[in-house]
Amino acid sequence: MSKKIDRRSFIRSAGAATAAAGVIGMPSLALGAGKKVVVVGGGTGGATAAKYLKRADPSIEVTLIEPNKTYYTCYLSNVYVIGGGKGIDSIGHGYDGLKKHGVKVVHDYVTGIDAKTKKITTKGGATIDYDRCIVSPGIDFKWESTPGYDEAASGTIAHAWKAGAQTAMLRKQLEEMKDGGTFLMAPPPNPFRCPPGPYERAAQVAGYFKKHKPKSKVLILDPKGKFSKFGLFKQAWSKLYGFKEGSDDGMIVWRGTPKGSDDNKIVKVDVAGKSIETGFGSEKGDVLNIIPAQKAGKIAFAAGLTKGDWCPVNLRTFESTIHKDIYVIGDAAAAKGLPKSGYAANSEAKVAAAAVAASLAGKDAPVPAYVNTCYSIAGPGYGFSVAAVYRLKEDGSKVQKVSGGLTPSNASKGVLASEETYAHSWYKNITNDIFG
Amino acid sequence: MVMKTITRVLLVAGLAFGTTGIANAKDAPKTLMGASGQALADTCAGCHGTDGSSGGPGTPSIGGLSKAYIVDLMKGFKSGDIPSTIMGRIAKGYNADEIGKLAVFFSGQKFAAAKQKFDATKVAAGKKSHEKYCEKCHADGGVNIEDDTGRLAGQWSPYVKESIAAFMSGARPMTRKMKKRMKKLHAKGGDAAFEELMAYYASQQ
Repeated sequence: MSKKIDRRSFIRSAGAATAAAGVIGMPSLALGAGKKVVVVGGGTGGATAAKYLKRADPSIEVTLIEPNKTYYTCYLSNVYVIGGGKGIDSIGHGYDGLKKHGVKVVHDYVTGIDAKTKKITTKGGATIDYDRCIVSPGIDFKWESTPGYDEAASGTIAHAWKAGAQTAMLRKQLEEMKDGGTFLMAPPPNPFRCPPGPYERAAQVAGYFKKHKPKSKVLILDPKGKFSKFGLFKQAWSKLYGFKEGSDDGMIVWRGTPKGSDDNKIVKVDVAGKSIETGFGSEKGDVLNIIPAQKAGKIAFAAGLTKGDWCPVNLRTFESTIHKDIYVIGDAAAAKGLPKSGYAANSEAKVAAAAVAASLAGKDAPVPAYVNTCYSIAGPGYGFSVAAVYRLKEDGSKVQKVSGGLTPSNASKGVLASEETYAHSWYKNITNDIFG
Repeated sequence: MVMKTITRVLLVAGLAFGTTGIANAKDAPKTLMGASGQALADTCAGCHGTDGSSGGPGTPSIGGLSKAYIVDLMKGFKSGDIPSTIMGRIAKGYNADEIGKLAVFFSGQKFAAAKQKFDATKVAAGKKSHEKYCEKCHADGGVNIEDDTGRLAGQWSPYVKESIAAFMSGARPMTRKMKKRMKKLHAKGGDAAFEELMAYYASQQ
């Protein structure tokens, strides 16, 4: 009995104490007790980070700054738009979901981040303070890698490596191409966003040709000697599109560049003449797709977050090793060990969000966990994947793969068909995890 | 006597194997351990949906499944006893402690029944088959998971279909009781009976 009374009176007094603390705490909160996070860039990394910050601690004031009202995913753009003709809306995502989570979404373009004064400036003329800033700028192109092909030229020849209008343009050009034409593609050198992407694109374009323009060709001039899911793609290409390695027969022709050679590196692009000159010779196409070499997005350079082409980060938190309280995630980060994939960006964003929330609460960053899962669809009923589970190396030097691997090369038809179904599920679930 | 010797040999061999395992683990790079269940589970969301609630059409929802069932499944994927397309590759990355944490996390989430199409004309027959062959363990129409069974009602059909195929081919092990009942149902109604079952489970939204 006495115990009961004790507890009750304890609760009562504790409640009173909390209320008192609340009143006293109020003014300091109103002045900003250091819980303002600004996320720069509303792509896969940025949108995930904004949502997961709110999930971690709803009292954090999260502002996401992104110029576009709709984000078009690079992943599945080959399958849904370029090969499948489903239209650009099939890969578009808005920001209403994030707003529902309490994220303040500002459609503006960040022009500067001052790490000393902790202020962000925008094209629209706004200045925004932050306590922590998460930068997820994606990629920018190294136009110097493709002499003759620049940003202006991308108005007629697509890179389609930032999804949206570029993706739609490429699909339209393929539709307008005559049967018997050549789709000429120049993939980028490493490292680049979505390593299996160009090769899935080749398969998807071939799939479209097979159905609608069977006399047409896909010709790939690759500056590399191999690529992601190399064996699986070659197998799929030969099963579905008559590919023969080292031969010009078959619908898909891949010309690689052995190590130490520069055979198929771009020497010059003739935009008007629709041809690409490499160290090996000149090739003409009817529809061209040139994907230049890549580096971190513009704001990363403007904010002094880069070393070389990418942004060095503490792999436990994704805090920049150059500027305190600024975190860099996604393709722009030098996330040693992790690929530049959508899944990795999503995973990095969660690690960074947890680290930022801990830091704002005055706690140590939690132990991180990372996963990558990446599906490619080579044709109807033909999917395959690469997956990995990672942990941080104890010395923090690398994100270490601890398990994973590729779909086995002897996978049955049933497995390949299941993997295609799972690829569509992957898209639904990851985009909902990011934007929903 | 012979038995004893064999046992001893096996024990010694097992021990030796165990030691090798430890030696390999020592060679492997040391990584930071001790991630929370939440941190581990957040990495699953890309495929299985936020908090294990899948939007389909193929990947199963794992939020709200039974803890013991999740542990069994992950262990099965890890050892290869349970066939999978991708989970075998992934499950090998988690130790028993981490699998336990994942199971605690996901079993604590709400199961979200899939919003999916189904053949309404097959539901009644499926319900009848369920009640006769499945209800005893998968109680309440496949909703109840108290017996640490998988969740059937509201799970994504392509996944249920794939699981049934794996059970029937013998690739995925099942209890003797389940085997008997699955075979009986198949003998009586063929693949159509499974289609009806799936329609019934999918109808529960």
